[in-house]
Amino acid sequence: MAFGIYIHWPFCKSKCPYCDFNSHVSDRIDHNQWKSSYLKEIDYWASLTQGRVVDTVFFGGGTPSLMKAETVADILAHIQKRWRVANNWEVTLEANPTSFETSKFHDFYAAGVQRVSIGVQSLYEADLKFLGREHSPEQARFAVTQAQKIFSRVSFDLIYARPQQTLQSWKEELSEAIQISKSHINGHMSLYQLTIERGTPFFTRHARADFEMPEQDLAADLFDMTGDMMGAAGMPAYEISNHAVPGQESRHNLGYWRYDDYVGIGPGAHGRLTQGSNKFATRGHRAPDVWLNKVQEFGHGMHPFDMVSPLARYQEALMMGLRLSEGVPVERLIQAYGASIDDILSKDKIASLVKEGILEESQTHLKTTQSGFRCLNAILRYIM
Amino acid sequence: MPSTPLHKIRNFAIIAHIDHGKSTLADRLIQSCGGLSEREMTEQVLDNMDIERERGITIKAQTVRLTYKGADGETYQYNLMDTPGHVDFAYEVSRSLASCEGSLLIVDSTQGVEAQTLANVYQAIDNHHEIIPVINKIDLPAADVEKVRTQIEDVIGIDASDAVCVSGKSGLNVDQLLEAIYKRLPPPKGDATAPTKALLVDSWYDSYLGVVILVRVMDGYLRKGMKVRFMGTGATREIDRVGIFTPKHIVIDELGPGEMGFITAAIKEISETKVGDTITEERHADKVTPLAGFKPSIPMVFCSLFPIDSSEFEKLRDSLGRLALNDASLHYEQESSQALGMGFRCGFLGLLHMEIIQERLEREFDLDLIPTAPSVVYKLDLTDGSKREIYNPVDMPEVTRIKAIYEPWIKATILTPDEYLGGLLKLCEERRGKQINLSYVGNRAMIEYNLPLNEVVFDFYDRLKSISRGYASFDYHVDTFIEGDLVKLDVQVNQEPVDALSMIVHRSQAERRGRHLCERLKDLIPRQLFKIAVQATLGAKIIAREDISAMRKDVTAKCYGGDITRKRKLLDKQKEGKKKMRQFGNVDIPQSAFIAALKMGDEK
Ligand SMILES: Nc1nc2c(ncn2[C@@H]2O[C@H](COP(=O)(O)OP(=O)(O)O)[C@@H](O)[C@H]2O)c(=O)[nH]1
Ligand SMILES: C[S@@+](CC[C@H](N)C(=O)[O-])C[C@H]1O[C@@H](n2cnc3c(N)ncnc32)[C@H](O)[C@@H]1O
Ligand code: SF4
Ligand SMILES: [Mg+2]
Repeated sequence: MAFGIYIHWPFCKSKCPYCDFNSHVSDRIDHNQWKSSYLKEIDYWASLTQGRVVDTVFFGGGTPSLMKAETVADILAHIQKRWRVANNWEVTLEANPTSFETSKFHDFYAAGVQRVSIGVQSLYEADLKFLGREHSPEQARFAVTQAQKIFSRVSFDLIYARPQQTLQSWKEELSEAIQISKSHINGHMSLYQLTIERGTPFFTRHARADFEMPEQDLAADLFDMTGDMMGAAGMPAYEISNHAVPGQESRHNLGYWRYDDYVGIGPGAHGRLTQGSNKFATRGHRAPDVWLNKVQEFGHGMHPFDMVSPLARYQEALMMGLRLSEGVPVERLIQAYGASIDDILSKDKIASLVKEGILEESQTHLKTTQSGFRCLNAILRYIM
Repeated sequence: MPSTPLHKIRNFAIIAHIDHGKSTLADRLIQSCGGLSEREMTEQVLDNMDIERERGITIKAQTVRLTYKGADGETYQYNLMDTPGHVDFAYEVSRSLASCEGSLLIVDSTQGVEAQTLANVYQAIDNHHEIIPVINKIDLPAADVEKVRTQIEDVIGIDASDAVCVSGKSGLNVDQLLEAIYKRLPPPKGDATAPTKALLVDSWYDSYLGVVILVRVMDGYLRKGMKVRFMGTGATREIDRVGIFTPKHIVIDELGPGEMGFITAAIKEISETKVGDTITEERHADKVTPLAGFKPSIPMVFCSLFPIDSSEFEKLRDSLGRLALNDASLHYEQESSQALGMGFRCGFLGLLHMEIIQERLEREFDLDLIPTAPSVVYKLDLTDGSKREIYNPVDMPEVTRIKAIYEPWIKATILTPDEYLGGLLKLCEERRGKQINLSYVGNRAMIEYNLPLNEVVFDFYDRLKSISRGYASFDYHVDTFIEGDLVKLDVQVNQEPVDALSMIVHRSQAERRGRHLCERLKDLIPRQLFKIAVQATLGAKIIAREDISAMRKDVTAKCYGGDITRKRKLLDKQKEGKKKMRQFGNVDIPQSAFIAALKMGDEK
């Protein structure tokens, strides 16, 4: 079972109106204190997971490209000190494409980052503005091009199915994005449909009908077209929203979907950890201050662990696994449940989904079809 | 308190169209006779259920004993019955009337004779009542006493030259009315020396007194400690209390001939008491011939009630049981529906009765209910020669087994200002009505129609009120059963019947109704993983169809490590919501879609 480490940096320069991540805007960040706190939590986690080999590290946020490169370097060094790490470990960092952050790419590379994931979101000025982003299309293009020169693997994110977006305009925008990605052989793109999350300014504005989201059929058409174009460009979807040149999949994220173990370090970071025959769900205190204080006092900023019940383990393995185009091995579900799943997974329901071309069933795997992906929530409601 | 001699007793009912001021006038009579002090007087003291007060209607008959000192120097015992005014409770009215010798017929001087005025007055006449016309609300500027007087004479055909003109509100001329009662109404008859014979007028459960039996003594006496027999049920009980309402309940020693009051006798449930039964003294039981009794009340309107939250099924059962304690006309039977789960098929006297029961269940018992569309009772002749009554469309046998279906028809009386006549005639015609009569009552039209009850239970009353802007009044009684070309209309979702939406309709209406229902459901049922068809069928024949195309998109765009717990909990919560889903073949459809379909009337 792969083993990943997620490190959460909870700060951004400004808060995007659609974002419900644990991200905060602050002008008083004591980088030294943050660094030492991460290192302390690494010690804590390492003591709990002795003997495991680290496959991936992911700096997420928030905006981890606002971290000092030196902090990143020290964290990576510390990880190597406390754990054994795989020869081919993958180290990713999320970056926002402002010029300030792009200028730090060299330092991040020097610190040990091999892969970046850049939050481009859109190539159009007006749309970036609507999304409340700090960067321009030019800065975004420049950031990706720079990254492609420095890092061996580069990914970038786009948000689509935006208000008023047409099939045609998305087609043009995505074509350009594909061109940009293809100038590097190790292409990867995350293409997310805009989601209106509770507790964000967009939620309120949407509820007040300030703007309208694409209705179901258009959103579906956008999704299908995206899949087609990416497939044709040699970057098929390996997950609902993630596309890559084969072999360039994010190994760290694959760990989530394959229900592997990972440790979550930092405020609000989540983890899943197998210990003996049990699986624990872990999470850090969300508020940055609280987390810092806890680490100071206890050496870690975690809430008490929750044990994941066998049924919940099965459900998690299923709902994550069905997101992948490789599907979910039935063996993994049985493993997660710790017993036969005949009683909890209705053969009849699977059969009717297969009949409708929504799922595929092989000897070993259960797979969502391309058209099934669009309705995965409904599928899960139906079979769980 | 010894019983009063017959010639000093007057038993009378107050009858009126709704809102003509019956309860208000009753208040004044009680007050004038000192039944309640100023401080105890709330408005409409006799309507003691919340719902009666709020809706301003009387549901349960009430009786009050008043002591009146006449201008002739004598003291009289007045027993006043406040009767429900609405058609649905006609049965209660008839019971009350049977225990009285006279009626006060209240007519609102600003409104004139209305449909229920007629219905009630005819019942009073059937019971050989002496009737005192009372023209009410004369304090209002719009009062037109003379017009109403003429109307009473023309339409009802009783002498109104000496009608008493009063204001129940201000109390004006209430003294004249009190005088008129002993002068113009006859005293009851009875034999003090004969064996006890009393009429069981009504019974109800009182949390303090237990089962209370309202009686009218014909002959002899009822006393505490007396062993009595209920001749109809054969039960024998010892009386443990004899009393009257003033309207406070007061225990007295005895009730004598002609008197009204109550007894209690260690009876646990009102189902043990049969309204209309004859009560006699055990030791003389063989010497007494029972009284004629009443026709039992027959439920005419039916609907099913399901709890929205299926875990409240038992609570619904208990609550219906509690209501039935005091309402012998409420019938209910357990039922289970594919679309709505476990519930009860309930029978009611009429639409208002149905509405009131639903409202009481929701308010007094805090239940959230889904009522199905109201329907009526059908009588069937089957091909094997047997007969059957159908209360629920679901129970309808195969068409091939049916020889004939008979449906209840009513005789309806509608009074309306002339300008709405056209609209109302059209409504009656659309509902398969057959006109019997069209005449005028002053400047208002009076139409009489025969109508199938199944067309009336379906939003007829609402339509009548909206067409006439609330001015038309309506009354009906079930007349007869007539053979009809009736069919069972079924609705199928994803090839499976939605039992709760089945209905029995006239063939001529089937297609329109079916198409309507399909269109409605198409809008109400959310798109599913699979394409599903909504069909209306008559037997094997599809008469309408709508397709709901498969859902195109419902997926979470990003789902990473931190989202797992949240996402799973969300799914769990949706699974909670599954309790409110019903399975149709391979899809789960929210019950709310069916509830919404049921909530909407037929007309747009
Ligand atoms: N102005 C006036 N209003 C009255 C009179 N009697 C009753 N009302 C009003 O008419 C409405 C119906 O009275 P109510 O006694 O409830 O009628 P019921 O439905 O026949 O019992 C109430 O709003 C009363 O206040 C009256 O003599 N004069
Ligand atoms: C956690 S964010 C962090 C990355 C970085 N801070 C940024 O914004 O570029 C990761 C990605 O999630 C996507 N995302 C965030 N909120 C979203 C939303 N409401 N709907 C769709 N995608 C969203 C964006 O594409 C974003 O790049
Ligand atoms: S989308 Fe990225 S930059 Fe914007 S607030 Fe969220 S984490 Fe920060
Ligand atoms: Mg009243």
